[in-house]
Amino acid sequence: MYGLRSLGFVAVAALALASLAIGSARAGDFIIIQSTTSTQNSGLLEAILPEFTEKTGIEVRVVAVGTGQAIKNAKNGDGDVLLVHARAAEVKFVAEGWGVKRHDVMYNDFVVVGPAADPAGISGMSDAVAALKKIAAAEAPFASRGDDSGTHTKERALWDETGIDVAAASGGWYRETGSGMGATLNAGVGMGAYVLTDRATWIAFSNKGDFRVLVEGDDRLFNPYGVILVNRQKHKRVKADEGQRFIDWLTGADGQRAIAGFRLEGQQLFFPNAGGATN
Amino acid sequence: MQDFAGAFTLAFSLLASFDADLYEIVGLSLQVTLSAVLIAALIGLPVGALIATTRFPGRGLVIVVLNTLMGLPPVVIGLLVYMALSNAGPLGVLRLLYTPGAMIIAQALLVTPIVAALSRQVIEDRHGECAELFRSMVVSWGRAIATLLWDARAALLTVALAGFGRAIAEVGAVIIVGGNINHVTRVMTTAIALETSKGDLALALALGIVLLIVAIAVNGAVSALRAGTVPASHV
Repeated sequence: MYGLRSLGFVAVAALALASLAIGSARAGDFIIIQSTTSTQNSGLLEAILPEFTEKTGIEVRVVAVGTGQAIKNAKNGDGDVLLVHARAAEVKFVAEGWGVKRHDVMYNDFVVVGPAADPAGISGMSDAVAALKKIAAAEAPFASRGDDSGTHTKERALWDETGIDVAAASGGWYRETGSGMGATLNAGVGMGAYVLTDRATWIAFSNKGDFRVLVEGDDRLFNPYGVILVNRQKHKRVKADEGQRFIDWLTGADGQRAIAGFRLEGQQLFFPNAGGATN
Repeated sequence: MQDFAGAFTLAFSLLASFDADLYEIVGLSLQVTLSAVLIAALIGLPVGALIATTRFPGRGLVIVVLNTLMGLPPVVIGLLVYMALSNAGPLGVLRLLYTPGAMIIAQALLVTPIVAALSRQVIEDRHGECAELFRSMVVSWGRAIATLLWDARAALLTVALAGFGRAIAEVGAVIIVGGNINHVTRVMTTAIALETSKGDLALALALGIVLLIVAIAVNGAVSALRAGTVPASHV
């Protein structure tokens, strides 16, 4: 097995040399942000990053994946900055020394969306846990991310509060897509299943069908985003100076104004709240 | 399904509007995949010819393994290349992750077994016909392989096109090692995946149609090339 693996790496190495010659090894100042799909799918980063690049000359390359994968990639040193939304996991990331410091950036909220027919009768509820209990009682289909993302983490925490063992219903009315937010929404709309989603992705989503927001306004649905510089002591190739400049900008007056100014269909999607930081 | 009809109109208006972003994405798709197919041909053709023309113990097993590798899932290749090129991996020092170079590597790994396995079959068939002739003329082994490759060039172009088709259409590998970074590593398939996840199904399908048109253009170009170089009786 080990022999096979090293053989594989030799093959990759040979190809790497070949494509170094062909591939565009574009130089220049850039940083890589490991971020979540919600910041990309909503169009936020595309809207605000040019201002930072214009000011500093630093290009920002965004890899948008689920929070779980973003954190894993950052631990591998494959990014300079982490911008995600799962506070407990972020704090752990910093506590274990992978990140330098967690800064508050912005927040929005999660909502439960579902079909207009609303078989579980949760429309207008503001108690998310009670709404999930009604969905379970009705055995109405519910589509879960099932991918360790920030949204999935939030969803599991809510199910924990209901005391319902959703794993037992997996494959029945509880359906784990194992995919990103957009793919899960597509699946949910396709099979008439309730979905927990962040509001930004939902507003930006074009394939809504007859789905609408049914549950909102619970304090437990608060969705804060944090930004963390990957620790150079773990990975010496981290571009700490450029990464820190980005964090300073994002959490400073200009970045916060840009976030507040981003609108889609007349709605503000993210609310700046920089100021707090956790070591 | 108004998405369906809308997609065709959108696809052609995208192409006709010379949208700079679209052409950048199409250009990168072609750059990555053609480079990968070229590398795969440089490795796969000699390997295929070697296996086709020599007899050694375990040859049957090698062929079975090679044929099996044609079915490697792109996402597995993406994962292996990611693990190798990650900063935590053995080749992180090359700084290739999230660059077109990483995507070329992944697709080359995907296509090489296809080129090697199919060209092995093509050359072995021809070799059977010519082996006697080569022996009677006392042709050197290298010369024989070169002759076989040249003689089979029409069939081998089809082999390369099979590799091209596999590489240009895959999303699993390039999205992991490229990261789908706008203006850096976004190609047709990852753009389609992104628009699908945004729920913009019409745009996603339109991009799919554009991808198909690009593939038709490449296949057409190769077909014209073949008509120019191969005598009609061989086509």
